Amino acid sequence: MKRYTIFVITENFIGILNRITIIFTRRGINIDALTASESRLEGIHRVTIEVAASEDTVIQLVNQIEKIIDVIKAFYHEDSAVVYQELALYKIPVARLEAGLEKIIRQHNAKVISAEPEFVVLELTGHKEQTQELLEILKGYGLLEFARSGRVAVAKRMLTIDSLLK
Amino acid sequence: MKDSMIRGADIVVRSLIAEQAEIIFGYPGGAIMPVYDALYDYHEQIKHVLTRHEQGAIHAAQGYARVSGKVGVCLATSGPGATNLITGLADAQIDSTPLVCITGQVAAHLLGTDAFQETDVVGISMPGTKWNIQVRTVEEIAPAIAKGFYIARSGRPGPVLIDITKNAQVDFGSFNYVPCLGFRSYKTHQVIDQAVVSQAAKLINEAERPYLLFGQGITLGKAETELKFFLDKSGIPAACTLLGSGALSEDHPNFVGKLGMHGNYAPNLLTNQCDVLIAVGMRFDDRVTGDLKRYAKQAKVIHLELDAAEINKNVKAEVAIHGDCKESLSLLTEAVDKKTHEGWMGKFKELEKMEKEAVMQHDITPTKTGLTMGEVINQINQYKADDAVLVTDVGQHQMIAWRYFNYKKTRTQVTSGGLGTMGFALPAALGAQLYDYSRQVICVVGDGGIQMTIQELGTIMQTKAPVKIVLLNNNFLGMVRQWQQMFFDRRYSFTELDNPDFVKIADAYNIRSQKVTERTDLTEAIEDMLIHDGPFFLEVVVEKEDNVFPMIATGCSVEEVRLS
Repeated sequence: MKRYTIFVITENFIGILNRITIIFTRRGINIDALTASESRLEGIHRVTIEVAASEDTVIQLVNQIEKIIDVIKAFYHEDSAVVYQELALYKIPVARLEAGLEKIIRQHNAKVISAEPEFVVLELTGHKEQTQELLEILKGYGLLEFARSGRVAVAKRMLTIDSLLK
Repeated sequence: MKDSMIRGADIVVRSLIAEQAEIIFGYPGGAIMPVYDALYDYHEQIKHVLTRHEQGAIHAAQGYARVSGKVGVCLATSGPGATNLITGLADAQIDSTPLVCITGQVAAHLLGTDAFQETDVVGISMPGTKWNIQVRTVEEIAPAIAKGFYIARSGRPGPVLIDITKNAQVDFGSFNYVPCLGFRSYKTHQVIDQAVVSQAAKLINEAERPYLLFGQGITLGKAETELKFFLDKSGIPAACTLLGSGALSEDHPNFVGKLGMHGNYAPNLLTNQCDVLIAVGMRFDDRVTGDLKRYAKQAKVIHLELDAAEINKNVKAEVAIHGDCKESLSLLTEAVDKKTHEGWMGKFKELEKMEKEAVMQHDITPTKTGLTMGEVINQINQYKADDAVLVTDVGQHQMIAWRYFNYKKTRTQVTSGGLGTMGFALPAALGAQLYDYSRQVICVVGDGGIQMTIQELGTIMQTKAPVKIVLLNNNFLGMVRQWQQMFFDRRYSFTELDNPDFVKIADAYNIRSQKVTERTDLTEAIEDMLIHDGPFFLEVVVEKEDNVFPMIATGCSVEEVRLS
């Protein structure tokens, strides 16, 4: 078992996410995170899926995803072959804003992106280990809510979507 | 301009005609009624067959597609009509059968509201179709049908479902049919890598005990002649999978038999003795390989396959030739040396002799009183036409019929292979027969399976399709009973059947029928059946507790194939 990032380049048709995810469901594989967004080209979406599995399994998943009629291409990469980020938001009650917290925010390069009468929202972008570390600390400051995005990633390899459409 | 506008329902039918669909198998209902209304106007250009159940319709479309090589077309209403297609879709998906199924759907404004006969058939059928789509406007109808036919028949074929809301069927739109010739996310042609072909040829030329396995890919890729040329030149022994049967005449000198759980002795056993294994258009199903950990480990595997997802899925290929086997086999034939493999072929013959003595003799020329399934098939062989189509259901009779039927022509084998759908045979035989009334279509079925879709006798009656139905009746769910005997201490849990008088049922449908219980009556009954000009129902009461051998038990290796 290893961590892999699967990229799916696909037409943006209704139900495409369902078509992709049932391939995981069928094999009983849990998707750790999934993000979908429009690509650089109009009408073409990219789906980034984070999964822990053996390489053999990932190859078969990718082959079966690519077999979906509306999917243009699917790839998989190990962590070392992608540049990736995740975004985390932390909601902290104003009552717990202490001097120590300011230092923590600075140390982690987190930002205050919203300040309301009862709470503030901090944002941190980074790898899961980093956002997780801050999460553990903020639990001691009455953390009210926490949300983390799936992985947003680009491959290190030089290959453009345009070349796949030819 | 207004004059050229036609209803969506007419667009559906005219699109089907434009795709040269000759016959639709279907069943009407509320949400598809506009299309049925349109069919009334086009009955001279396209035929419709009213089955007695939507499952019957889709299996008939499968039977039609399998013998014709064309796309089978099926029509059903929303809700239960659509869900009744699911088994057939799953069956067609796993057996690569090209189908276009059109279902009616509630009006677009009612979608998601639990309207009468609304079901999310696109969601339900997603994993069981090659592609599906919901059409909500009249403008989308023709492009969806064009795309559907293209997808169903191209690449590795498969079933397509097009769900059309009622408003789209009744709205007016212009009709200008543009066939689909491809689109960017779907590549159907793969350029064969000549370097890989050379690698494969090198392995084959150096091999001492090469062995070729072929599957339905030969038939689907229309590569029957290419396979024959390859075998003629290379001298390599060849065995087929269940669905590969017929792609090579069994009279071909290199043909050594059938693979799999109830295939022949030699082809299974020698899989673990060959040094190069060439698999063409087959997917190494578990019923073929037995225990994968002990499957052909000594051999270098060459896999010729169109579907990239099948390569290295079950068996790792030393050399994989990705592409159409019609092309790759030709290239490979050019590159291999002309050879004979007499010694190696002799091993197959030796083991075949063992199987004949231990199994076949008992099956074909039994000495005990009760009739065997094997002798029935053997008698059919004596009188059948060379191009007779054999349609079977699922179970013991399926395996026995497959083992003993003498396949000589391509597309003469219709059975539910991957899914193992009981109830498949009767409607599939109807569909196969409706493709060509003049061809002999023999439907061999068990007493369990026939009762799952027996209502289609009504369709056979109405269409007068001259299907020859051979019911091998052992009053048991025989295959399950065999497993209970072998692996569950003979605890016959819910496998014995109290059956109706089948001959009376056939009679009630005005289908000529006969029941045979004695060996002395068998030959004449089969002759009568085959010369009868119309449908015929022949019930043969066979030995209650016969088993099918050889057998590779679940979890065993191909070399552990048992003769008893």
